[in-house]
Amino acid sequence: MIWAAVLATSVGCYLLKLAGLSVPARVLESPRVRSVAMLLPVALLAGLAAVQTFGLGRSLSLDARAAGLAYAVVALLLRAPFLVVVVGAAAVAALVRAVA
Amino acid sequence: MSTTGAAAQEWEAVRRKVLRDALGIAVAVSSYGISYGAIGSASRLSVAQTCALSVLAFTGGSQFALVGVLASGGSPASGTATALLLGSRNTMYGLRLAPTLQVRGLRRALAAQFVIDESTAMAIRHRDERVARLAFWTTGLSIFVLWNVATLVGALGASALGNPSRFGLDAAVGAAFLALLWPRLADPVARVVALGGAAVALLLTPFLTPGVPVLAAGLVAVAFGLWPSVVARPEAAR
Repeated sequence: MIWAAVLATSVGCYLLKLAGLSVPARVLESPRVRSVAMLLPVALLAGLAAVQTFGLGRSLSLDARAAGLAYAVVALLLRAPFLVVVVGAAAVAALVRAVA
Repeated sequence: MSTTGAAAQEWEAVRRKVLRDALGIAVAVSSYGISYGAIGSASRLSVAQTCALSVLAFTGGSQFALVGVLASGGSPASGTATALLLGSRNTMYGLRLAPTLQVRGLRRALAAQFVIDESTAMAIRHRDERVARLAFWTTGLSIFVLWNVATLVGALGASALGNPSRFGLDAAVGAAFLALLWPRLADPVARVVALGGAAVALLLTPFLTPGVPVLAAGLVAVAFGLWPSVVARPEAAR
């Protein structure tokens, strides 16, 4: 099942890229389509970040992951590079778990 | 004769600068690749599956999304759906790039795989179409190579470490999504959409199968994106 998802995602992502190069521009030229397409990644990435941090199956949980995310916010405000943000968040969460 | 010599020299200088920029951004992006590889193989994906996505899907946001939804217990179908919705922005990039790239047949099939955030950003900075094409191809190719090497390194590294929650790798997923989102938050409308998307996803989590609340968050983008004053914004016309 995981392989099916990997392959479906791969084929789908490639076709989405190819469509942009192949479809006549006017098909997707509508300002409404463009406006939604530009905001879609924002809503999805925010939803993913929230669920990854506070979701636990079908319930919500405030645990060490929240400390990791709080660190990430500070690191991003300080313009830290991606790896510093991600590895640091993991380290903070691991530290909170070790102490708690 | 001397003018063509000067032109050739100038082109050589431009070519070197474009190449340097492409390699620079590829090195920067490879740190995402290491994170993705580590998170992927520490979740429900094997090393081979993690690497296959980097070769075949080759679009970081979507790859993180599939891994993230699966890690939080979502179904493969909802993971794929989220990944494809995120990947739809590449269609918009392709539309923007098509007149510049002028590719047909096999070259188009190859160029399509390289249509990502970074190659688009590097290409559209240049007015001169020849320079823009060079920027697209060099950025796309360098990122493709380094992204896949980095994925393999991260995936092998994490699978050697073992239990992901012991190292806080589960917390790294949320931080990775936030870091991917961050540059888009310069736009005030995007900030509202981000808060709305996060709120909708969390509020629905107790009531829906894992994975579906994130898809529902996408509706916030649809609602705001269709709002007349948002559609009419000059930024939306870019």
